[in-house]
Amino acid sequence: MVIYGVYIVSKSGGLIFNHDHNVPKVDNEKTFGYPLNIKLVYENKKIVVSFGQRDGINVGHILTAVNGNLVIGKELEDGKDVFEMLDDEKNYPINLKFSRSKMTTNEKIFLASMFYPLFAIASQLSPEPRCSGIEILEADTFRLYCYQTLTGVKFMVVAEPTQPGMDILTKRIYELYADFALKNPFYSLEMPIRCELFETNLICLLESVEKSGISSV
Amino acid sequence: MTIHNLYIFSRTGVLLHYAEWNRQNKSGITNEEESKLMYGMLFSIKSFVNKISPLDPKEGFLYYKTSKYTLHYLETPTGLKFVLNTDNQSQNVRELLQQLYSQVYLEYVVKNPICPMNEPIQSELFKLKVDELMKKSPIFLNRSL
Repeated sequence: MVIYGVYIVSKSGGLIFNHDHNVPKVDNEKTFGYPLNIKLVYENKKIVVSFGQRDGINVGHILTAVNGNLVIGKELEDGKDVFEMLDDEKNYPINLKFSRSKMTTNEKIFLASMFYPLFAIASQLSPEPRCSGIEILEADTFRLYCYQTLTGVKFMVVAEPTQPGMDILTKRIYELYADFALKNPFYSLEMPIRCELFETNLICLLESVEKSGISSV
Repeated sequence: MTIHNLYIFSRTGVLLHYAEWNRQNKSGITNEEESKLMYGMLFSIKSFVNKISPLDPKEGFLYYKTSKYTLHYLETPTGLKFVLNTDNQSQNVRELLQQLYSQVYLEYVVKNPICPMNEPIQSELFKLKVDELMKKSPIFLNRSL
């Protein structure tokens, strides 16, 4: 029973709230001999595994540390170039640490505004008349529930595919939003939600749902 | 239960085949434009799913559901994309798509030497067999009108 995160998107498509609840950390450390048996490439200011997944290190994982030193861009903290280091046989055996890339706040905002047109196109391409946008989107690792209110605000919950009752949870979060964000005199509409009460109540709700199921709320 | 329509896209986004059985709503744009819109949406969903997924995805996007219909998606490792719209009650649509790939597409397109790859499929036999498979499936038969 895992809820991975909650996102709230405003009427105009901007991310106004996001909360990472239980995001699993995917970390792998391994010592390699020469020559390196995985292929690394440099893209988007990160060193990414592009081929040769093994021992839990998958394609798309990011190199985070070499021999315990953090990697920043394509360099180590002390300014050494990582690719030069990996090409030099003298540096082996070498210990590399990989992890799945974490979304930055910027990427989350980007994804939230990306969901907005998907939602609209889904209703336009509908074979049936008068259709809503995406309500549930499922992939093999998660299921995304989206609830759009009459006023156009979208509440999205990302959870495990087997977690039941998430559509009710989105409506409960809407209630919390109405109670603690909208009734807050210092909150202006369409702006990011920074209300302490809203956040604490939301975390409370998510934890109780995870522990004892949706029937308890 | 009912099947609305089917799109088959190649690796590069060419619409190989389109068929519809039960479609009330026309999108108001030409078929070609619609297929481009559909492919663009699927492409975006794929990258969206990849980024938002908390763990490493294997198959990635499976389906999405709206209030009126469900869009099922199957992508082969060669990049061929099968998209089937059904109503929300349909079960085991994924297996149907697998069947469509292995029993119809492979048999009547890949094994047909005069069927060029990466171009809209002209073969009448293929179209017939797709129609047959869909009409045979319990999802199609149990439709309530």
